[in-house]
Amino acid sequence: MNVIVCIKQVPAKIKIEIDPKTGTLASGGVDRAINPPDLYALEEGIRIKERTKGKVTVLTIGPAKADESLREAIGYGADEAILLSDPAFEGSDTWATSHVLAKAIKKSGQFDLVLCGKQSIDGETGQVGPMLAEALGVPFVSLVNKIEELGQISIKVMRMSDEGHQLIEMMLPGVINVVKEINVPRIPSLRGLMVAKKAKVPVWNAQELGIDPAVVGSAGSPTRVVEVFFPQRPGKSEMLQGDPESQVDQLVEKLRQTKAI
Amino acid sequence: MTADGLGDIWVVAEQRDGHTKAASYALIGKARKLADESQSRVAAVCLSQGVEDAGQLAAFGADKVYLLDGPAPDRWNDDVYVKELVDLARRDKPGVILATSGSVASSVIPRLAVALDTGVAANCISLDYDAQNRMLVQTRPAFGGSLMANVVFPDKRPQIATVRPHAFKKGEPNSSRQGEMIRVDFDRRSVTAKTKLLNVVKDLTEKVRLDEAEIVVCGGRGLGKAENFGIVAELAEVLGAALGTSRPPVDDGWIPYAHQVGQTGKTVSPKLYIACGVAGAPQHLAGMQTSEIIVAINEDPKAPIFEVATYGMVGDLFKIVPLLTKKLREARG
Repeated sequence: MNVIVCIKQVPAKIKIEIDPKTGTLASGGVDRAINPPDLYALEEGIRIKERTKGKVTVLTIGPAKADESLREAIGYGADEAILLSDPAFEGSDTWATSHVLAKAIKKSGQFDLVLCGKQSIDGETGQVGPMLAEALGVPFVSLVNKIEELGQISIKVMRMSDEGHQLIEMMLPGVINVVKEINVPRIPSLRGLMVAKKAKVPVWNAQELGIDPAVVGSAGSPTRVVEVFFPQRPGKSEMLQGDPESQVDQLVEKLRQTKAI
Repeated sequence: MTADGLGDIWVVAEQRDGHTKAASYALIGKARKLADESQSRVAAVCLSQGVEDAGQLAAFGADKVYLLDGPAPDRWNDDVYVKELVDLARRDKPGVILATSGSVASSVIPRLAVALDTGVAANCISLDYDAQNRMLVQTRPAFGGSLMANVVFPDKRPQIATVRPHAFKKGEPNSSRQGEMIRVDFDRRSVTAKTKLLNVVKDLTEKVRLDEAEIVVCGGRGLGKAENFGIVAELAEVLGAALGTSRPPVDDGWIPYAHQVGQTGKTVSPKLYIACGVAGAPQHLAGMQTSEIIVAINEDPKAPIFEVATYGMVGDLFKIVPLLTKKLREARG
C-alpha cells in the first residue's frame, strides 16, 4: 500500500511570546519539532507499510528548516520525504495548505491512503485533512482511533463520534486523520537515524507543482488573520484558605454567586 | 458571489434523537443578533430526518428553516451531507455558514468549504459584524488558548465558521416568531458514497458528552490509581458534569482516551472546570484554559494549574472532593 503522511513542523514549546515592538510572533530562535499529533499518523503509516510491504512518503510545507522534521520522519521509518517550499506559500491558510498538499500528492504518483494528525498544536484547526480529501476528490474519515481492516479496495476504520464510536468502511484511495489512541509511536532506531542523515530530500516549489502563486500564501488564502492578541486573563487566582471544610464552604458560596452551579 | 453584504446567515442545526442541540440554539440566537445588525436573514439548516422541534428554531431566531431529506441518523453519511449542503448553498447562496465545533465540523464543514471554493475559520469563540466592511470578524484561539487571532474573509463567500460550544449563551425563545419551513427534496441516488457506516458502538461510560458539557470535572494523576476515579465521578454526577482527565491516567489505562482533555485529546471550554489532582502541564492547559471558571484542587501549591485557576484550593483532594460532593448533594436535597 502506498501511504502518504502529511506532517507540520511547529514550535516545540507551545508557550509563545509576542515581539512587543512589532506585535508579531517571536518565532525566531524557537526550537521546532514535528507536530506531536502527527507522530501518530506517521507511526500508523509505517505500521501499514510493514503489514502490506508498501511505501511511506512524508510531505510537509515549510521553509528550508523543515527539512529537519522530514529527516526525523525518515529516522522513524518513512521511506521518502518531500519538502514543499516556496516563498509564495508563506502565510497560507488551511485552504491554501490543502491546495498545495493536493498538488504535491497528485504529482507524487499513485497513492492508496493519506494520513494526517488530528490537528496542529499551533493553528489548532483540524481542517487540513478533510480539505485535502475534498481537493483530491477522495473520501475522508476524521478522528480514527483504530484501523480494523486493510483491504485492496477499501479499509475499515473505527472513528470517535458523538455517541461513542462508528465503524466505517472507506473506499481507497482516501484520507483519514487519526487520534492518539490509535498507537504508541516507536522511538527512531540508530540505523534509521543514519539513513535519515544521508537521505535525499527533494524540494518542490510552486512552479514544479504547477501552482499559481496568486491562489496560495497570505494573498491567495480565503481567510486572513488581521490581528493577534493575548486573551484577557481574569487576574490572579483566588486561593481559598482554611481547613477542607471551610475551603469547600467558600467554594460553594463563590460558585453560587457566579451562578456557575 | 461578491463581498457586497453579509447575505443570508445559515446555521447548521444539529439534532440528537430528533431534538436540536443546545449549542445549535445558542448559535441561532447569535446569528439572529448578527442578522439584526446587518439587515440579513437567518436560516437554520437541519440535516437529519424527523426534526421534532423545527418550530422552536424559528422561536430562537430563524427566519427560514431548511429541512433536508438526509439519511436517518443511524445511517449517517458525511458524503451525502456534504453533497446536500453544497447543492443547497449553490442554489440559495448564503453569505455566512455557521456550525458548532464537533464531529460534523471535523469533516462535513471543511469539505463543504473546499467544494464552495472558500475557507473556514475554525473553533471560533466570538463573531462580530464589521459594518464598515460588511463582513464578519471571527475570533479564534490558537497555541492552546494562549493567543487569540481575528480572522476575516477579504473576498471569498460564503464566510464559513465553526464555533466552540458555550461560546454563546442560549437565549430565550420568542414563541410569536414564525419561520418559513422549507423542505428540500434530495436525490440521494445522485451521490456515490465512498464511505459506509457499518456499525455504531455507543459509549456507556461517557454519560455526559465532554465537548458539550457546561461543567467538566477532571481527575488527574493525583488520584493515584484507577479505582479512585470513583470520587471524581461522584462529583461529576452530582453536578451533571462530564468526566475529564489529563494524559497520565489515560496512558496508564485508568480511563478511556475519550475522556482526555488537552493537546492530544479534546479541547473543552465549559462554564465551570474543576481540576482535581491535575498538575497542569502546558499540554493539558491547552485543552481547557479558555473555560469560564476554573477550580483547581491540588496538594502542591506550586502546581502550574493554579496559574490559570479562578479559585485554587491547596489540600488533599481525597478530603476536599468527597466533602464538596456531600455539600452539593445536601444543597440539592
